[in-house]
Amino acid sequence: MIKNILNLGDAALYCDFGSDVNQEINSNVIKYFYHIKKLNLKGITNLTPSYNKLIISYDLNIHSFLSLKKKIENIEIKENNKLEKNLIEIPVCCDNNFALDIKRVENKLKLKSEIILEKFFSKNYFCYMTGFVAGMPFLGDLNQEMRLKRLETPRVKVPKGSVGITEQFCNIYTFETPGGWNILGNTPQNIFDTSNQSNPNLVNPGDTIKFYRITLDQYNEIKR
Amino acid sequence: MKSKDRNYFKILRAGINTTYQDLGRNNLYHIGIPFSGAMDKRNFQLLNSLLQNDYNSPVIEFAYQGPHLKYFGKDIFFCISGNVSFKIITKEGVIDGNSYQCYLLKNGDEVDIRSTNKSVYGYFSINGTFGVDYYWGSCSINTQAQIGPNNGNKFSKDLEIEIIDINNSFNKRKLDYLGSTIENIRVIKGTNYDYFSESSQNKFFKESFKITKLSDRMGMRLEGPKIENIVDPNIKSEGLVKGVIQITSAGDPIIMLSDHGTIGGYPKIATVISADYDRLVQLTPGSNIKFKDVSLEDAETLYKLYQMETNNLISQIK
Repeated sequence: MIKNILNLGDAALYCDFGSDVNQEINSNVIKYFYHIKKLNLKGITNLTPSYNKLIISYDLNIHSFLSLKKKIENIEIKENNKLEKNLIEIPVCCDNNFALDIKRVENKLKLKSEIILEKFFSKNYFCYMTGFVAGMPFLGDLNQEMRLKRLETPRVKVPKGSVGITEQFCNIYTFETPGGWNILGNTPQNIFDTSNQSNPNLVNPGDTIKFYRITLDQYNEIKR
Repeated sequence: MKSKDRNYFKILRAGINTTYQDLGRNNLYHIGIPFSGAMDKRNFQLLNSLLQNDYNSPVIEFAYQGPHLKYFGKDIFFCISGNVSFKIITKEGVIDGNSYQCYLLKNGDEVDIRSTNKSVYGYFSINGTFGVDYYWGSCSINTQAQIGPNNGNKFSKDLEIEIIDINNSFNKRKLDYLGSTIENIRVIKGTNYDYFSESSQNKFFKESFKITKLSDRMGMRLEGPKIENIVDPNIKSEGLVKGVIQITSAGDPIIMLSDHGTIGGYPKIATVISADYDRLVQLTPGSNIKFKDVSLEDAETLYKLYQMETNNLISQIK
């Protein structure tokens, strides 16, 4: 299922699963990720699954590129390996104070805000990967008519909990961080829990997310 | 603990970016947590060796200007690594200290770490152990994700740094070492090297780039000839590693450092080799750097040589 393995610098394997972004290719990436993680190979220092790539970082004192590449190429993954999937429901408030880019999205998509939100909440989303900052899930896919580019100038600070869209994807900002996604609302739910060290992520690759809409009062109630 | 039994430093001045660091945390990229850890691993390793501490003991890392610390407790030794100017203030007077040399501190003595010289990072520790909490096996503070001791924040004035253990059988040691600098940063071509025009590829290796002030533990932004993208200014977001050089939409290089975001969507033109990372991070804003292309095989050999050199330095400590 891995099409090609290259090196990324001198201490990482760059495993290419294809150039498209779809759930089939991504599921293969995730299967390899969980499988290699379970093997607990000595000298592997990080695994980074994304839409269609898996990056394997290693300790140069233990592995060289060629020896580790051979090891990974020889891994066999059973096609019928089922991916563990959870359905996670996440509340989102789209009050004007939170929907920072709703006007821009209205203009770009030529749709009324209520229609945009109705379409956004009517669908479940698949988690392709988590990262950039701790716990941030990259979710998809948005309907064709909901797709637009990122902001021309990224925000220096996107508030924690912001729910944003760009192209075919949506995400949740787990920390206040710079970012350029179009923000439609905010969730009071904590997505990344530093104090839970065995399982800090609420959302993991392969999971399905269902967003549901809440009022500002409900938002404040959950926050409290 | 009764206060008379406590051994601790009080921070009189915090410095610019002062944090606890160790070797960092592994196997968390997939949830968005980078390695972190001491930026300059050689100086981290030398410091713990000088102080006969465990190889992964926590140390205090500072950038540009270090902390001013006042010590309370029983006799203790401290040492500083990196190219650092500091003063030791005791009842007998004030002396200038030297890096890679251990000094005795008595109750009430102070260490004033004035600055790093022609470099960014320096390290401070004692013949013992700081009282730190561990998060995913590491005490490294990642201020961006607020992970680590001190609620994941950098040190601030009046904070007290607890010492939970002092190695009483310690003897003063030192190392004669002037540090190691580098002229060219060696890189391996990246997975998106062919996204850039031939003339830009040439410029990338022939011309020099200036390190801008927008540089910190997450990344180093460079300024120089614009690198022209002829394919697509973005790639499908994918994993990053330490040392990756991405080219932003504006055509400027940005090098990923120890606290970097784990996923990125800019094309990768090259990656700094592991052997040159410690020296890269020590280059100050305003310095010019040139990139030199090396093969993967050479990079692997250069790393082994660099490690041998570090081990050689450790063996010279006496």
